[in-house]
Amino acid sequence: MPQDRDIAIDVQNAVKRYGTFAALKKISLSIRDNEFFTLLGPSGCGKTTLLRMIAGFEDVTEGAIFLYGQEIDRLPPHKRPVNTVFQNYALFPHMDVLENVGFGLEMLGKSKAEARARAGEVLEMVQLSQFAARKPSQLSGGQQQRVALARALAPRPKVLLLDEPLSALDLKLRKAMQVELKHLQRETGITFIFVTHDQEEALTMSDRIAVMSSGELQQLGEAREIYERPRNVFVADFIGDTNLMEVTVDAVAKGRAQCHLGGRHRLTCDAVDGIGPGAKVHMSLRPERLFLSADPVADESLKGRVREMIYIGTDIATIVDLDGGPQFTVRSSNSSRGNARIFEPGTEVAVNMEHGAARLLID
Amino acid sequence: MAGGGATGGAVQSETYREARTLLLLPAWVTLGLLTLAPLMIMLVYSFLTKEFRGGVIWEFSLDAYDQFFFDRGLFGDEPPKIEWTYIGIFWRSIWQAGAATTLSLLIGFPTAYFIATRPEGQRALWVFLVTIPYWVNLLIRTVSMKFLLRDEGPLNDGLIGLGIISEPLGIVNTNLAVQLGLFYSYLPFMVLPIYAAVERYNFALSEAASDLYAPRWAVMRRIVIPSVKPGIIAGCILVFVPSLGSFLAPDLLGGAKTFMIGSLIEEQFKGNAGNWPFGAAASMILLTMVLILLMIFARQSRKEAA
Repeated sequence: MPQDRDIAIDVQNAVKRYGTFAALKKISLSIRDNEFFTLLGPSGCGKTTLLRMIAGFEDVTEGAIFLYGQEIDRLPPHKRPVNTVFQNYALFPHMDVLENVGFGLEMLGKSKAEARARAGEVLEMVQLSQFAARKPSQLSGGQQQRVALARALAPRPKVLLLDEPLSALDLKLRKAMQVELKHLQRETGITFIFVTHDQEEALTMSDRIAVMSSGELQQLGEAREIYERPRNVFVADFIGDTNLMEVTVDAVAKGRAQCHLGGRHRLTCDAVDGIGPGAKVHMSLRPERLFLSADPVADESLKGRVREMIYIGTDIATIVDLDGGPQFTVRSSNSSRGNARIFEPGTEVAVNMEHGAARLLID
Repeated sequence: MAGGGATGGAVQSETYREARTLLLLPAWVTLGLLTLAPLMIMLVYSFLTKEFRGGVIWEFSLDAYDQFFFDRGLFGDEPPKIEWTYIGIFWRSIWQAGAATTLSLLIGFPTAYFIATRPEGQRALWVFLVTIPYWVNLLIRTVSMKFLLRDEGPLNDGLIGLGIISEPLGIVNTNLAVQLGLFYSYLPFMVLPIYAAVERYNFALSEAASDLYAPRWAVMRRIVIPSVKPGIIAGCILVFVPSLGSFLAPDLLGGAKTFMIGSLIEEQFKGNAGNWPFGAAASMILLTMVLILLMIFARQSRKEAA
């Protein structure tokens, strides 16, 4: 049984309804102390609603939210020891950077001098000391973003909530900020709850990820687990690229499931609880775990013909028509080793699988 | 800065300049005929000599201004002393207009905030409701205010009926009655600009402030009010300036002791007892004062914006 101090946020059967529309349908999850936790999902999946319920901007229709064992779902936002980095930063335009960052401390009753000292300290942490006297409108997007971060960190919140904070930045800056955020989380030891719709961002930064769609929790786990062992079609499809195939399970034995695809292609993969012989289910095959060869390398290699080659830069994607079956995408890295596995359109090839490339999914 | 820039030929920019002159003509004519010309007439008249039954004699004189500021005795031969009568009337006008503005702000701000925070579809209706009384003539509104406030009126009857007071309050013919009258006359001028400012306000800022431990009143004082300040300043100017020169409310609701600058000016041009140069001089002094106030406000808001 986890102790109160090990669980930062405990959401129990949280429901949010607007009229008859349910934005959240009975969500339960525990976010550990000192964890970088990500709520991931497409827009409208309820991730921001959940974050706003933790912050106190939305009330909970049913259920409860605990912060280190203390129920907080009835407290107004200003009485919750959590702070938020807003999507569009919401910096106070009439205050300079230092005043913005010191605002929370001032409201906590710290003296002006104390608030300024701490604000200066946090600004140093995000490398913005030289901009302390500027107004937010005089800063670039990336700088504003860091002011918003400093402002939320300054009062030393127990949990930091980040609502798609990087979505307004350009790609390069976003990548740099991802690394910086991750470092900041380790340095401060504060629990981060990060909301994003960008699966790559989630995989890069998070200790654990909760994948959500249409108000429901689809899967919760570490990045690797979510990517490599997706539970259902939604997760497999949303996270990364994949080949989704309809297969029929023929037999299950010793933790392995034998399946067939389109009549003639036979495959085996790890069995999944709840999927037995005769089941018609989906299978996910990650394109980078497949490779092509001129001749089959195993009994289970699938035969097909190359339709198209797509140059991506780091990778090369090859689209293969299976004999009498569906299309496959295979990715190989654009390296001398990977290039050896590239075939011109029209060539007969075999599609081979690395171990663990195929995964059965619950619908 | 107009014109075609570096690549636009001289011909093109000349055509442009001609067209611009033509297009601006109506605006210049309107400004000239309706604003500048009357002001110039006022300015000139204030430096002329008065004719006894109204009107002016075309002879330069500083008498009007002299009469406003200095007391030279009944026959005009004593050494000049400061004339406090008119300065006193000015001072009272400022005070009355200031009180009416404060009252408008206290009622108008919450009203505007309320309207701006309604669902978008409802706001137009609320704004319409605020402006409904103003479809009625100002004179009639002011008279009906008198009916509401008088000793036998519904306000006093109501309060006596409820047992809150035993004697009528006797509001009519006091400063308070004038302030209430001015407040009622110009309230929408306070509500509308503040409403426009609050509607543009980014409410995410309020969320951010409450997330940073600010209780409701602190959110209002530290975030909302500074953000909508331009609207508040505009509202205050729009109420204060016409209140300062108003004569209907003081005439109808006030007594002899509530005489305001507007009434003073009005009297100079009414009937045969008037003194046109003096009225013109008082108008010019009022105008100067308002301009100075506006400049202070403008400088203040420019400083805020920087």
